[in-house]
Amino acid sequence: MTNQSNRRAFLKGTGAGLVVGVMLPGMAKATQKSGATAALATGDVAKGTFSPNAFIRIAPDDTVTVLIKHIEFGQGPYTGLSTLVAEELDADWGQMRATAAPTDVTLYANTAFGVQGTGGSTAMPNSYMQMRKAGAAARAMLVSAAADRFDVPATEITVTKGVLRHEASGQSATFGDLAEAASQVEPPVDPPVKDAKDFTLIGTDVPKVDSRAKATGKAEFTLDVYREGMLTATVLHPPKFGATLKSHDGREALKIPGVVKVAAVPQGVAVYGENTFAALKGRAAITAEWDDSAAETRSSDQMMTEWTEAAQGDGNQVARRGDAKKALGEAATTHEVTLKFPFLAHTPMEPLDAVVELRGDEAEIWMGSQIQTIDHGAIAATLGLPQDKIALHTMLAGGSFGRRATGDAHFAVEAASVAKARGDGATKLLWTREDDLRGGYYRPLTVHRMKGGLDAEGKITAWDHTIATQSIMAGTPFEMMMKDGLDPTAFEGAQALPYTVPNHRLGWAQMKSPVPVLWWRSVGHTHTGHAVETFIDELLEKGGKDAVDGRLALMDDSYAREAAVLERAAEMAGWSGQKGYGVAVVKSFDSYVAQVAEVEDRDGIPHIRNVWCAVDCGVAVNPNVIRAQMEGGIGYGASAALFDAITLGEGGIVQQENWDTYRMLRINEMPNIEVSIIDSQENPTGVGEPGLPPLSPALANAWRSLTGKRTDTLPMVPIAQV
Amino acid sequence: MAITFTVNGEERRVDVDPDTPLLWVLRDALRLTGTKFGCGIAQCGACTVHMDGTPRRSCVTPISAVEGSEITTIEGLQSAEAKAVQDAWIGIDVPQCGYCQSGQVMSATALLEENPAPTDDEIDAAMAGNICRCATYHRIRQAIHNAAKTLEG
Repeated sequence: MTNQSNRRAFLKGTGAGLVVGVMLPGMAKATQKSGATAALATGDVAKGTFSPNAFIRIAPDDTVTVLIKHIEFGQGPYTGLSTLVAEELDADWGQMRATAAPTDVTLYANTAFGVQGTGGSTAMPNSYMQMRKAGAAARAMLVSAAADRFDVPATEITVTKGVLRHEASGQSATFGDLAEAASQVEPPVDPPVKDAKDFTLIGTDVPKVDSRAKATGKAEFTLDVYREGMLTATVLHPPKFGATLKSHDGREALKIPGVVKVAAVPQGVAVYGENTFAALKGRAAITAEWDDSAAETRSSDQMMTEWTEAAQGDGNQVARRGDAKKALGEAATTHEVTLKFPFLAHTPMEPLDAVVELRGDEAEIWMGSQIQTIDHGAIAATLGLPQDKIALHTMLAGGSFGRRATGDAHFAVEAASVAKARGDGATKLLWTREDDLRGGYYRPLTVHRMKGGLDAEGKITAWDHTIATQSIMAGTPFEMMMKDGLDPTAFEGAQALPYTVPNHRLGWAQMKSPVPVLWWRSVGHTHTGHAVETFIDELLEKGGKDAVDGRLALMDDSYAREAAVLERAAEMAGWSGQKGYGVAVVKSFDSYVAQVAEVEDRDGIPHIRNVWCAVDCGVAVNPNVIRAQMEGGIGYGASAALFDAITLGEGGIVQQENWDTYRMLRINEMPNIEVSIIDSQENPTGVGEPGLPPLSPALANAWRSLTGKRTDTLPMVPIAQV
Repeated sequence: MAITFTVNGEERRVDVDPDTPLLWVLRDALRLTGTKFGCGIAQCGACTVHMDGTPRRSCVTPISAVEGSEITTIEGLQSAEAKAVQDAWIGIDVPQCGYCQSGQVMSATALLEENPAPTDDEIDAAMAGNICRCATYHRIRQAIHNAAKTLEG
């Protein structure tokens, strides 16, 4: 059909962006074979379908299906990446479809990571040129086929809304008409893409491709996969992190109708039911003994005390300018704070789940895999099957916020272990909400200790800062992204302040615990954003400066984009330093977001009335999706800032079990939100996470302005009151 | 235990453990997968269905309590209110991950069937039982107002 070497050349030529190159043990060999995986996972395509490259399928019925390499769990890549293809193809938006790409790192790697996976708000930036090039190549091939058919020069053909026309001869054809003929055309190596001024879809609010399916209950998630003869499994996990199974008794469980098997697995005890209820009831009937010798037995209070002590020291040096300690000694005024951030669970709406079907020497898996390359390799290793015998289907997932992106692939491994213990057939592993909340992989418990100094004129002269927190990357395949033993996710957002402070020091005290930790929507910025933006606010106040003007005065020219969003948000809010208003600006994942929050006091509990949000994320591919992500980041951040904490009680057992004790923001607590997007021609940057970090500090600053109370311990509403 | 009830206008008979929550009967036995599992303790509303016309959390409703009842799931929504709600949802692209949205649509439809022109406070009161971790609340409120407007016209 097409020349393979040319296609490879084309794909290589489009790999824009920074390749960090995460390499995984045993991956290179698997990578070579994964072409076969793609064939297995892609399934059937209609006869006569035009497949110009790995990303586009044009069927004779005129539908254009884009194979999306990024998992869709709400941030909009199905719509965004399809928009890029449609733009360059000159397709009609109505003919566009999106589906998950198969698992194949040779075709579908995230060019920012070097593996197939989603995270760090990279879906749009790493795909922007790649998908446009893919669309442009397909368009060129269609034009070439049309020129042949019409017997006219290709340069005289126009393409509008999915129709190719030759004006002079009055001939026209649709994409579908030309699908078969275009398949015979050699793909161009480096097709030109449009000038931004010619965009007709990029920059517009094209309707999302998945809204109808999701509003009518037809969207298919992993939970909705039912295979012939499928059993549903639950796993009884150890109550303490790092504990292992000593012994179990499944006899009572096996008496329950519908329970067909109980088996020890490396993660605990698996119970297999003919239906979900049997699996749940069966699990409740199991008794087990656990070996706690390697378990975390400290309470989170104890951990908080230890982390706080560690933060009093300097930690490992991360950043240093001037001499902060000396400047503090010479300061006219100093201000010191200790900020405490709890463990947080992600709790996506769809609990973790996967279906694994074993068929002799091959396997098929359905799950909301966020880092397919890691999950795929881990499943193969667990099952003892070669990767080219395993098809991993990326399903729509009911949220993630980072939870499905695990370096140790623990859930994929558990699903494979549970399936293997059963043998041939399909097994659905379902985690309940209790498993989810008590299962770890939390935003790390973190303490910041900050000391600032001001001179007699109120100018900030010193900023001395230590963060005590666990490493997310250490001990995972991501460890190779650490430099000099420093995990950037522990302190990102705190090492390069947008504010000119002559003497600055940042250190990281690496804390250790068997509690597994993970990136939680916006990662390090979840706490550094709060710390930096509340501390600067307090220092400005001590120096007698306005929170907006004071920040702007400290930003030099290299922070023009931060300054622009800050000015825009202040303008939207009608900022005049009003009581009950607070502001924050945070750059994260290469996007710039400023927010002003207005808060009221409802019987001692903060209620956020309004949030004005300005964002600069480069070219706004779909402004509606960007606004939605800002709204979502604000809501997600507000829930955590106000209500959420995972705590470990005496002996190290998690005290929250479900959403009755881990309190989510609800509709009556959602603020009104206005979003403004800065007009920009810079390359697009991410929006899934950057809406979150400014919310917590803007809220805390507003609350301090209203009540005089500082927020040193999150959440703002003590959990006993929740 | 055999239980007979009506689902989306069709009489169904299932023979299951009487304690089985309606949610798992709908999903595992009847393969109506639009109704979702979120928490299992009536905290999130992802499993919301209509039981004899009123919203009900199917995750805590034992099937034994459903004998003779009429159940409507997202797959069986037909009322003018339901259509207005779904069109409004699509119109302003409410869903993000989409997982909670069946439950949101069921709750919103029940609200409009009861109250054709709800205020913000009434919307909040009717929808506070439905969690959305993507925090699409802002748009849910707007979409309900939009749906109410279409029904009025």
